[in-house]
Amino acid sequence: MELVVSAGIGVLVAAGLYLMLRPTSFSVVLGLTLLSYAVNALIFFAGRLNAESPPLAIGGANGIADPLPQALVLTAIVIGFGMTAYLVALALRTKGESKTDHVDGREEA
Amino acid sequence: MNHWPIIPILIPLAAAILLLVSHSWPMLWSRIVSFGAVLLLAAAVIFCLGLADSGEVLVYRLGNWPPPYGIVLVLDRLSALMLALTSALAIPVLLYAMAGTDAEGRHFHALFQFQIVGLNGAFLTGDIFNLFVFFEILLLASYTLLVHGGGVERVRAGLAYVVLNLAGSALFLIALGLIYGTLGTLNLADMALVLVQVPPADQALVRTAASLLLVVFALKAALLPVSLWLPQVYGAASAPIAALFAIMTKVGLYAILRVSTIAFDAAPFAANLLGLWLTALALLTMALGTMGLLAAQRLSIITANLILVSTGTLLVAFTAGNANATAAALYYLPHTTLVTGGLFLLAGRIASQRGALQDLAERGPQPRDILLTGGSYLVLAVAVAGAPPLSGFLGKLMLMQSLSNAGLAPVFWAFLLVTGFISALVLARTASVYFWEPERQAPAVSAGVVIQAGSMRTTALLLLTAASPLLMLAAAPLSQYARATAEQLHGRAPYISAVIGDPAAIQRERRP
Repeated sequence: MELVVSAGIGVLVAAGLYLMLRPTSFSVVLGLTLLSYAVNALIFFAGRLNAESPPLAIGGANGIADPLPQALVLTAIVIGFGMTAYLVALALRTKGESKTDHVDGREEA
Repeated sequence: MNHWPIIPILIPLAAAILLLVSHSWPMLWSRIVSFGAVLLLAAAVIFCLGLADSGEVLVYRLGNWPPPYGIVLVLDRLSALMLALTSALAIPVLLYAMAGTDAEGRHFHALFQFQIVGLNGAFLTGDIFNLFVFFEILLLASYTLLVHGGGVERVRAGLAYVVLNLAGSALFLIALGLIYGTLGTLNLADMALVLVQVPPADQALVRTAASLLLVVFALKAALLPVSLWLPQVYGAASAPIAALFAIMTKVGLYAILRVSTIAFDAAPFAANLLGLWLTALALLTMALGTMGLLAAQRLSIITANLILVSTGTLLVAFTAGNANATAAALYYLPHTTLVTGGLFLLAGRIASQRGALQDLAERGPQPRDILLTGGSYLVLAVAVAGAPPLSGFLGKLMLMQSLSNAGLAPVFWAFLLVTGFISALVLARTASVYFWEPERQAPAVSAGVVIQAGSMRTTALLLLTAASPLLMLAAAPLSQYARATAEQLHGRAPYISAVIGDPAAIQRERRP
């Protein structure tokens, strides 16, 4: 299971990085989104992979899942979401002002 | 519990929320609230400085959760110094912006206050996840302030800046995830305690996380391979925004200093992680900044490159890892922040008086008020180049003395002196173009409104111009404070015991 999860995170990061290095701001936004998915998963799994253990201290439960990464990842998701929304707005404005989706605001000469 | 450590965050936060709610009210209201909040903050910060100067480390536990479980704010000498610097920069910058920059777009004052919330929070927090949150607050405010006023140049620079910092934030989160996964804590003081017990199998992962963290802070501080964004971004921002951004790179430096001295230096395997690399990169940053100085054609770009040079200079001292060098750097840090802030305002003033040429170093109309503009140019240039009798000279002298025993001393001395010389040369060349070779055409006659706006801008510029002479006059108490700060920081134990109390009382669980 650990191998699947880490490989999944690795693939997400690789795909995110590839897209981030593309010259159009649309791909960059997608790349950053994939990267933030990967990062959120990483933080979440930093609390270890354990099944059937609630994040609360209940008698009789099979151990306790670490509740802190869940709180951290929630914060990270909210911040990442807000930032991506702002980035999309900014990319649209750049496109509106420079008439191209190229990240430099002009096509290659 | 003493509530003072949270006051510097609450004042700008309350002002920002009030400004958001009443954004449809006349601009005068926003200006009064915003400026009032900054003045109130300055008063509170002076009080905090007094509290911190007693040598006590004040800890504020939010929700009264016992550390390391809750979030803590920590007010020590270093935090208080950085808070004071933020206020000292914010007052003149806001005064300058109130002369018209704030009306170029919406919500300027609310964003300005949020920026201060982020800055003060980053300086006060004792928990690295919270450091991330406050970084995001100050970055989000800076993203919007950067494009304030619009224009294709700013929006384009803004896009690059946002993408770069989002990638930086992702790296920051990866580092935090790895640190939490291995250490099980994100509280700085607690990290120092846990680090010494890390089993050898986990040490490589901790070192990776710590290195990633340093890369992120280096990105904020604009250290060489990740510094190339800075001149374009700072050059595109409007003058008061660029001046406020002068402290943003210092946040990265502060984070490097804080995290390495309090936490990572506690364990031999994580201490001085990128030591020689960082020093070498810092020296190269100085070199690159100097080359940028020679290539720059506008005063605002020259100033942006001076910021790169100062980042390199300060980081060499921070990575030396001894209290003397840190003390010298902590005297140099306020000086360089305030003087580069002043230069940005001056560049804005000169640009506003030369029509289409802006602050381009080409022959054109001579700036008005030659005595005032030229006089503040002279003071700021002398201060930034490090010539006597101003604070730049003293700061550089202290840095050179503190590193005189280090192995790198001859290299550092050479870099510092050559960059100082080249800065002087470049600033003198630019001044001669601005002031001594004007074209024989009179500048456009200004309307009454411009003069009224001009007096606020003049006051702001004079305040920042006065910073360097004042830092020189107050050199003795300031350097004593810097020395005490460095000793408190490198002592580490008082900080940890103030935050954690009794380490034996924490029940730790060994996780799979």
